Amino acid sequence: MFELYSLVILMIVGSLVAIHTKYLLSAVISLSLVGLILCVVFLYLQAPDTAITQTIVEVIALVILIRAVPIKKDTMGIKGAKETFSAIVTTIFLVLFAFFAYKALLDLPQFGFPLMTVSEGYIRDGLVKTGSANIVTAVLLDFRAYDTLGEATVLFTAILGAIVVLRKVGRK
Amino acid sequence: MIFFLSFILFLIGLYCVLIKKNLLKMVMGIVIMEYSVSLFLILLGYKKGGFPPIVTAGVEGTNFVDPLPQALVITAIVISIASLALIISLCMRIYQKYKTFDITKIRKLKG
Repeated sequence: MFELYSLVILMIVGSLVAIHTKYLLSAVISLSLVGLILCVVFLYLQAPDTAITQTIVEVIALVILIRAVPIKKDTMGIKGAKETFSAIVTTIFLVLFAFFAYKALLDLPQFGFPLMTVSEGYIRDGLVKTGSANIVTAVLLDFRAYDTLGEATVLFTAILGAIVVLRKVGRK
Repeated sequence: MIFFLSFILFLIGLYCVLIKKNLLKMVMGIVIMEYSVSLFLILLGYKKGGFPPIVTAGVEGTNFVDPLPQALVITAIVISIASLALIISLCMRIYQKYKTFDITKIRKLKG
């Protein structure tokens, strides 16, 4: 339990560093650190498949974000005019959001005792119905296969959009 | 309590999106929010003393953690990397046109 708390607090500290540091490259690297700690947290929470996916995706995200940083003009000390009104409105919104979310979090089941009404059936019948020893794979590719199909569609569409935005031929 | 820590991570990302004036910092805020949501869903499915949901010989029959949030979080992670690629390509186009990431200077419309 102590390890979990310390890892999540480390994630919070890493994201604060990523937000407040001056150089964009170090911000990107701190953000990637947060994602890699998230992999360790997934392993601690008995989710190995999710940890593997998060590791791979984290490395790709690091490469994409580093590509976007202009290395020669990294100092980006953007000091816009102080907008007091928008800062006050943002603070009020965050406080209200935190208050109502705290109310909602009190109604959740206690940590370590999940509601498993749907998953009971998956765990009981997963091996017999699908033949997969890994229940996560059985859910991903058999019980919820339409979700995976939609995921592949979203992936294809997003990459197609990125190619259309970034291409050079055909522009006048 | 651990739920509230992941919620604090979400609030940090939301603050970054709302306050910061650098376009890449706002993208980083979105990524932090994605991390916190996937962490929260996996925390919801954790069972005390549970095993990873893989049927092997030595493991008791039903003492698994919840496999459903894990499967759907895998889907969400892959979708997040695709949307991140799209967002970053838009940011690079904007940087090529305006030579800055400052959103107060991008506001003025140029043909």
